[in-house]
Amino acid sequence: MTQPQALSLETIGMTKIFGPLVALGDVSLKVEAGSFHALLGENGAGKSTLVKCIMGFYQADKGSLLLNGQEVNVRNPRDARALGLGMVYQHFTLVPCLTGAENLVISRADAPAIIDWAKETKALEAFLERMPFRAPLNIPVSQLAAGEKQKLEILKLLYLDQRLLILDEPTSVLTPQEADEILGLLRGMTDRKEISVVMITHKFREVTAFADSLTVLRRGQRVGGGKVSELSTDAMARMMIGDTQITTRATRIEKAPGAAVLEVAGLSSHDEADKNVLDRVNLKVKSGEIVGVAGVSGNGQSQLMEVLSGQRPVHEGRIFVRDQPFEPTRDSFYRLKIFGLPEEPLKNATVPRMSVSENMAFRSFDRPPNAKWGWWLSPGPMRAKARELIETYRVKTQSPDSAIGDLSGGNVQRAVLARELSGDVDVLIVANPCFGLDFASVAEIRSQIMEQRNRGAAVLLISEDLDEILELADRVAVMSEGTISYVAPIGETDRATIGMHMAGHD
Amino acid sequence: MSDSLLATVFVAILGGALRVSTPFMFVALGECLTEKSGRVNLGLEGTLVMGAMSAYAVSYHSGSPWLGVLAAGCAGAALGSIHGFVCKLPRVNDIAFGIAMMLLGTGLAFFFGKAYIQPTAPRLDSISLGAWTGNAKLTSALQIHPLLLIGIVVAIIMYWAFANTRWGLLVRMSGDSAASARAMGVSVDLVRFLATAAGGFLAGVGGAFLSLYYPGSWNQGLSSGQGLMAVALVIFARWNPLRCVAAAFLFGATGAIGPALQSVGVTQGYYFFNAAPYILTLLIMVGSAGSKNASRDAPGELSITK
Repeated sequence: MTQPQALSLETIGMTKIFGPLVALGDVSLKVEAGSFHALLGENGAGKSTLVKCIMGFYQADKGSLLLNGQEVNVRNPRDARALGLGMVYQHFTLVPCLTGAENLVISRADAPAIIDWAKETKALEAFLERMPFRAPLNIPVSQLAAGEKQKLEILKLLYLDQRLLILDEPTSVLTPQEADEILGLLRGMTDRKEISVVMITHKFREVTAFADSLTVLRRGQRVGGGKVSELSTDAMARMMIGDTQITTRATRIEKAPGAAVLEVAGLSSHDEADKNVLDRVNLKVKSGEIVGVAGVSGNGQSQLMEVLSGQRPVHEGRIFVRDQPFEPTRDSFYRLKIFGLPEEPLKNATVPRMSVSENMAFRSFDRPPNAKWGWWLSPGPMRAKARELIETYRVKTQSPDSAIGDLSGGNVQRAVLARELSGDVDVLIVANPCFGLDFASVAEIRSQIMEQRNRGAAVLLISEDLDEILELADRVAVMSEGTISYVAPIGETDRATIGMHMAGHD
Repeated sequence: MSDSLLATVFVAILGGALRVSTPFMFVALGECLTEKSGRVNLGLEGTLVMGAMSAYAVSYHSGSPWLGVLAAGCAGAALGSIHGFVCKLPRVNDIAFGIAMMLLGTGLAFFFGKAYIQPTAPRLDSISLGAWTGNAKLTSALQIHPLLLIGIVVAIIMYWAFANTRWGLLVRMSGDSAASARAMGVSVDLVRFLATAAGGFLAGVGGAFLSLYYPGSWNQGLSSGQGLMAVALVIFARWNPLRCVAAAFLFGATGAIGPALQSVGVTQGYYFFNAAPYILTLLIMVGSAGSKNASRDAPGELSITK
C-alpha cells in the first residue's frame, strides 16, 4: 500500500459577499504540498469565511479553488471530504455518547450497514500502529479529556485519508504542552509530506514554532504573507492590525497590595451528576492587586465565575469580602461593592432584548435617582446616565433605547463594563474579558481593568488566555480539575511552569 | 391472608402484567427509537388509539386480525410521518406539536371508529405456555400473546442495532449531536423523520393489541393515557430498549394489582389500586427529574433535556 500523499491547495481571487458586507475580497492563497500554513487575522478578518468557502459550507461568489494544481468544484462539505479536505473545528464534532471507535467507523462514507466489531477493531488497531499518536477508542468520547478529544478529531481525519487538514484555532482547549505536542506531531507529518496543514490562529508563538508559511487577512483582504522564517512577529502583528492606533496601554503602578478583600475558603460546587466541579477552592485577593486564574478551558473556571456571580449554588465553603460573609444577594453586591464582567456578557450579564439604557441600569434601577420608594422607576435619569456612560466608554449604539442584543460583541462588552465600573468598585471579578475582540478593544478593556487595580480594587481575572494573565496579573493561580493547584507571584514563575500545573502535574 | 390466596394474587398479577404490559412495551420502544434520534413525540397516545381503531376495523372487514395489526402499524407510521415532517420545519416545537397530534389521533379514531363500537371483530389467538404446570390458574395466567414475544424480540434487535449497525449509530448521532452529524453529511431531518415514523409504527401495533386481544374490543376509553405513560417509562428506562421491556412489565404489574385483588375478593381501595400506574408514573417523573443517571444517559438533542 502506498502512503497517501499530501495535497497542495490554491485559491485564486476568492470573493464572498454577504449583503452590503464584503466578507472576502479577492483572496489568493497558496499552500504547497507538505507545508504547514498559518492563516492569521483578527476576529472578523475573514479567516472563517475563507475556509468555509474552501470546505463547501459557503459558495464563493467569485474565484476558484485548485487542488494539486487542478481546478475543483466543491459544492458542499461532502464534496470537500471526497477530495481529501478535512477540517478540525473549534468545537468538537465527535458525538459525545459514541465511543472513539464508533465515531471513527460511522464517519466513513462506506460505513457498513452491519458493523463487524471484531474486524473493525483489528483494522483500527492496525491504523493506530501507523499513526504518530494514539487516543483511547473504547470509552465514550464524553469521558475523554480535551487533549485526547482533539487528537481523536485529527485521527478521524487521517482515518478518512484526508490529506489536507484545516485546523480552526485547534489549541484553544489545550494546555501549552498538549498544544506543542499535537502541533509538533502534525509538523512531523508535514515534513514527511504525508499531509498539508492550514491552521487558523492568532497565537504568534504557534506560528513561529510550527508553521513554515503564512497568510495574513484583514477586513476580508489578503494583506501579507510569505515564509515564516523571513517575518518577525512584529511585522505579522502590524499586518494584522493595519494602521489602527493602539492608544491605551495598561500601565501598572507599582505599589504593595493592601489587605485581603476577597477571600474564597474551601469552596465546592457540584454539577447535575453530583460530580465536584469546584473542589475546595482557596483563594485570596488583596486590594490593589490582580490575581489571574489560568487554566485550560473546562477545569472549573466558568463554575467559579458562576458561583461568585450568584448563578450557581455553593455546596460547601464560604466567600468573604472584607471579612464579612458574602451571600450572592442584590443587597450584598451593592453593600460590598462587588462588580463583575462574566464571560459571554450578552448571555450572562444582559437581557438582549431590553434597551442599552435599561441594561446599563441593572445595578441601580431600584435606587435613587432612578427610583422612588424603591419601586417607582423613572426612565429619565436612567437614560441620562446611559448617555453619559455611552459617551465615556465609547459604546457604539444608535441610541440608548436600542436593544443591547443588536450591538457588536465588543460594544456589549464595553456597555457591561461601563455599568460595572461606573460605581465605586471594591471587588472586580472578570472572566475572559477580551474573548473575540479586536486589538484596539482588547487594549482598552485591559487598561480599564488595570486602572481599577491601580485605584485599589481587588481584581480577580479568570482567563483562558495565558498571555492576558502574564500581562495583567500580579499573582497567578492555576486551576486544574476544579481546584487551585498553584499560586505564585508573576515575577517568580514562567509559562512552562504554569503550563505544567495547567496540565495537572505538580 | 393465607398462602393460597397470596399465590392467587401473585399469579393474577403475573398474568395481568403479561397482558397489560404489551401496549406499554410497544409504545415505549417506539418512543425510545424516536427520542434516541433527538425528537420527542408526545402524539403516541393518539397513535395508540388510532392503531387500536384501525386494527379493529380492518380485522372486522377482512376477517384477519394480523392484517389488522399491520393496518394499525401503518396508521401509526402515517401519524408518525406527519409529526416527523412538520417538526423539521423551522421553529416548530416538537412537544407542542406532539400534543396536537395526540388530540388529532384520538379525534380521528373516535370519528372513524364510531361504527365499530358494536360489532365484534375476530381477535388474536394466544399461545399457551402454562399447560405443563397442570395448574389451571397458572395456565390461564401464562396465556401469552405472540405480540408480547415480538415486542421482546424487537427490543433485543433495537439494543443490538444501536451498537452494531450503521443506522443505529446514525440515530444515536442525530440524537446526541446534530451539529456533528450534519458535519459528516448526515441528513439529521431524514434520520429523525424515519425514526419518528418507525416509532409511530410500533405504537400503532401496541394499539392493535389493545383492541384485538386485551381488553379486546374497541371503545373510546380504551387507552386511558397509556401512550403518555410510556413516555415517562422511556425516561425511567434511560433510553435503553431492554430496560424499556422491564419497565413495561413493572407498569403492567402495577396495573394488574387492582383486578388481582378484586379477584380474591378484596374490594377495598379498588379505585386506588387501579390508579397505581398513574401514581407510579408520577413517582417516576419526580424521581427521574433529580436522577443523575437519567440526565447523563439522555440524548443531548432532546428538547426536554436541553
